[in-house]
Amino acid sequence: MKTILNESMSRRTLLASGIAAAGMLSMPAVLRAQDRSLKVGVYGGYFKDSFDKNIFPEFTKATGIAVESVAEPTGEAWLVQLEQAAKAGQAPADLSMMSQTSTIKGQATELWTPLDPARIKNFDGLLPQFVNKYPDGRIAGIGAVAWYITLVSNTDVYKEAPTSWAALWDPANKDKLGLLALVSNSFLLEVTAKTFMGGTNALDTEEGILKAFEKLAEVKPNVRLWYRDEAQFEQALKSGEIPMGQYYHDVTGLAAADGHPVRSTFPQEGGILDSGNWVLSRASSKVDEAHVFIDYMSQPAIQGLMSRKVGTAPTLKRELLDLTPEEFASVSSDIDPIIPRYDLYTSKSDWLNQKWTELIVG
Amino acid sequence: MRREPPRSLADYAPLVFPALMLTVFFVVPFSIMIAVSFFRRDPAGFYTPDFVVDNYARFLSSFFGGVLGFSLMLAVLVAACCVAIAFPFTFLLIRCSRRVQTVWLVGLLSVLSLSEVIIGFAWSTLFSRTAGITNLLVAVGLMDAPQALLPGFGAVLTGMVYQALPYTVLVLYPALVRLDPTLLEAARTLGASPLRAFFNVVVPALRNTIVATLIMVFVFALGSYLLPQILGRPQHWTLSVLITDQAIYQSNMPFAAAMAVFLVLISLALVGLTLMVGRRESAA
Repeated sequence: MKTILNESMSRRTLLASGIAAAGMLSMPAVLRAQDRSLKVGVYGGYFKDSFDKNIFPEFTKATGIAVESVAEPTGEAWLVQLEQAAKAGQAPADLSMMSQTSTIKGQATELWTPLDPARIKNFDGLLPQFVNKYPDGRIAGIGAVAWYITLVSNTDVYKEAPTSWAALWDPANKDKLGLLALVSNSFLLEVTAKTFMGGTNALDTEEGILKAFEKLAEVKPNVRLWYRDEAQFEQALKSGEIPMGQYYHDVTGLAAADGHPVRSTFPQEGGILDSGNWVLSRASSKVDEAHVFIDYMSQPAIQGLMSRKVGTAPTLKRELLDLTPEEFASVSSDIDPIIPRYDLYTSKSDWLNQKWTELIVG
Repeated sequence: MRREPPRSLADYAPLVFPALMLTVFFVVPFSIMIAVSFFRRDPAGFYTPDFVVDNYARFLSSFFGGVLGFSLMLAVLVAACCVAIAFPFTFLLIRCSRRVQTVWLVGLLSVLSLSEVIIGFAWSTLFSRTAGITNLLVAVGLMDAPQALLPGFGAVLTGMVYQALPYTVLVLYPALVRLDPTLLEAARTLGASPLRAFFNVVVPALRNTIVATLIMVFVFALGSYLLPQILGRPQHWTLSVLITDQAIYQSNMPFAAAMAVFLVLISLALVGLTLMVGRRESAA
């Protein structure tokens, strides 16, 4: 063995193979074809686990592009990180799930590489609220996931499901509610406007918003927990410690399927339909892979798969999908949704935040 | 060992490394924060370099004044509770055998390995109605029905005292070990009761240590932002919680920086005041 090695691996052949290897490294096109990859930022926890398990492996199988998923925090923390990193030419993730408000905020600094609709086959099948555009019409983001925030309750404590958001105002529910702690993720102003003021258009003027705040103040004595962290409320809801509140329809459905005494109800005024976009950081060089990914994710079959496996509401028109009525009901509803006034959270964000903080802290 | 004042430049060499670290990890970030606090906020995005005082002006309101007042009061209370518990505890601990001391200190050190998140969630379970300590009280017949002990001020205070107590003990321990035992023996020989000797001899002898420990715990508690959220109601949120909201959720870095600078200045002023009062008293 030793002699063979000595003979075949002379100094000259070693040098030659070294040069060959160096030559291969200097031809990145060859390597890239073998080793295409994409870093995708996904909300940490439930979404990331489900995507890692059900969606990304299928995508890699279909396209040969490896996905490295990055857990991103919800809220604006990830936007801030992406922005800071992009200033330094770095992209902690190429594509990210980004809330509507954060997508609009990122537009202001041209943080998102515009997307090309011609490279997304089902572009025309997307519901209009799932295409996020720059003011000049370029496309900043394409709907990634949509979810409902509904009225949830513990079935041991509430034998009858509540039917209206007005239940939050019911004096009988004193110190029993868990609500989201921020004006920009709880959308309680919209809920108040739709329930008591005839619709979210009532928030067009500052007087209207102040009236909604006034009405919302009546909820305060009923609130036990204003939560920022979902785990905080979910645990308390399951145990009955905090038996009612607003929470995510899909996650609540999964908890109920696991046998926990919880239910999610679409109130007669509608659930809150929130959503996130796929956005591409301007610091990323993976423009081609990103388009392949968004095109893949926007297919009816994949939207159906996501509704069944991840529990998200589809971003495509319903007639394109192959979901059964039951499957559709488990992720969405025919009741007209409350669509958040994202415009307010960019144009009046500081004012709203100040009023909100004074309302709940004061 | 004889201490000589440094004479040549080389004698100062050991100072270079800490000075460098302090510059890189404190002076530079803090300077950036001060600079950002004067930048102009762009509501649709981030901030642009500028020199405006709007961020400080917004902070000067009765609302933020109230939150600041509460944060300072909470930190003072945590410091007072910690020292009130840790000082007698450490005093008794140093009189135990070496082995007992080691066990206690290792136990306390292991508490330090818990993160704020774990401490917060552990206490929120302990204080809950469904799984909390009141269930034990019901089981032994002391209570009629289990009760939720959170959210509330008591829960926040308990969590924060629990978190800061190990630091307090570890800071007090060396000073108490070094305390001359003959002081106490003399007091006892002269007829003082143990309690009287403790309060009239031990406490005054370690006055400076106690003040230093109070200040350390105060500063430590002032930065807490997770426990008030997990264990308290919104009115128990500290200024640190609101700073986090602005920085992370509203991406309003200039305002967050202004609040943080204000908080640092106020706490520095309070620490300075405490030291000044202490010096005047010891001079008198």
